Amino acid sequence: MRPDDQLVVALRRADESAFAEIVDGWSPALLRLARAHVPSREVAEEVVQETWVAVLAGIDRFEGRSSLRSWVVGILLNKARTQGRRERRTIPFASLRHRHEEGDGPVVDEDRFQGRDGERPGWWASPPARWADPEERLDASEARAAITAAIAALPPRQRDVLLMRDLLGFSAQEACTVLSTSEGNQRVLLHRARAKVRAALEELLAAGGGT
Amino acid sequence: MTAAELTCRDFVELATDYLEDRMAAEERARLERHLAVCKDCRTYLDQMRQTLATLGRLSLEDLSPAAREELMAVFRAWRAQR
Repeated sequence: MRPDDQLVVALRRADESAFAEIVDGWSPALLRLARAHVPSREVAEEVVQETWVAVLAGIDRFEGRSSLRSWVVGILLNKARTQGRRERRTIPFASLRHRHEEGDGPVVDEDRFQGRDGERPGWWASPPARWADPEERLDASEARAAITAAIAALPPRQRDVLLMRDLLGFSAQEACTVLSTSEGNQRVLLHRARAKVRAALEELLAAGGGT
Repeated sequence: MTAAELTCRDFVELATDYLEDRMAAEERARLERHLAVCKDCRTYLDQMRQTLATLGRLSLEDLSPAAREELMAVFRAWRAQR
């Protein structure tokens, strides 16, 4: 991938190879992010196409205050959220449920720790179960399905951060730029999202549980 | 004088700060003292690392060839108008 400044100059010159380079390089990430907001792969693909059209329309106005990729992903997320709202029928419930998504509750159930009268208050009462054959089972389709379901169940901003940081390999800085949020808040969202995905895997892989 | 001992409940809430390396040295040392004596929190951290590694290995899909073709056609039309 060429550096941003070269890409921007080439795009403004309407250089097709530059456009093909970013479309091919970034569309898989854009598709994955869009898919988290809309009901089908087809709609996600439309959102990605619309994003690229908006990139062409707006490239002359791109100021380079963020990376080109952050700017493109920001456009994509705006479109995906708008489209998602349009397609969802239960908006009031969804927005109520997610209103406190940044939340401050514990990420592991309180009752998994010893209470004040325990032998060691605050230490595990019900520790994380050991995973049986994680090397083998984490990449099996069952685990992938559990992860996909856990990601789908996350509140939207937690999901966006987790996808960007842990699946797509974005930096914390990029995730903050895209979501217009502080580094600390980004980390809170990431923390909560990661804990839920780990918990889903714990449920699946706990030694002695399942098959 | 040392800070109060870290509990497991504290540890799980600090796991991301630790993995993201966003802790003051002192706080980090306190967390590592807890890890040294707590097998269950080492398990938790290890599982978190395995979770992240697995997330990073999930595959992504390309745009369909038809959608890509459409986009390149849009690009050529845009170029023609510039």
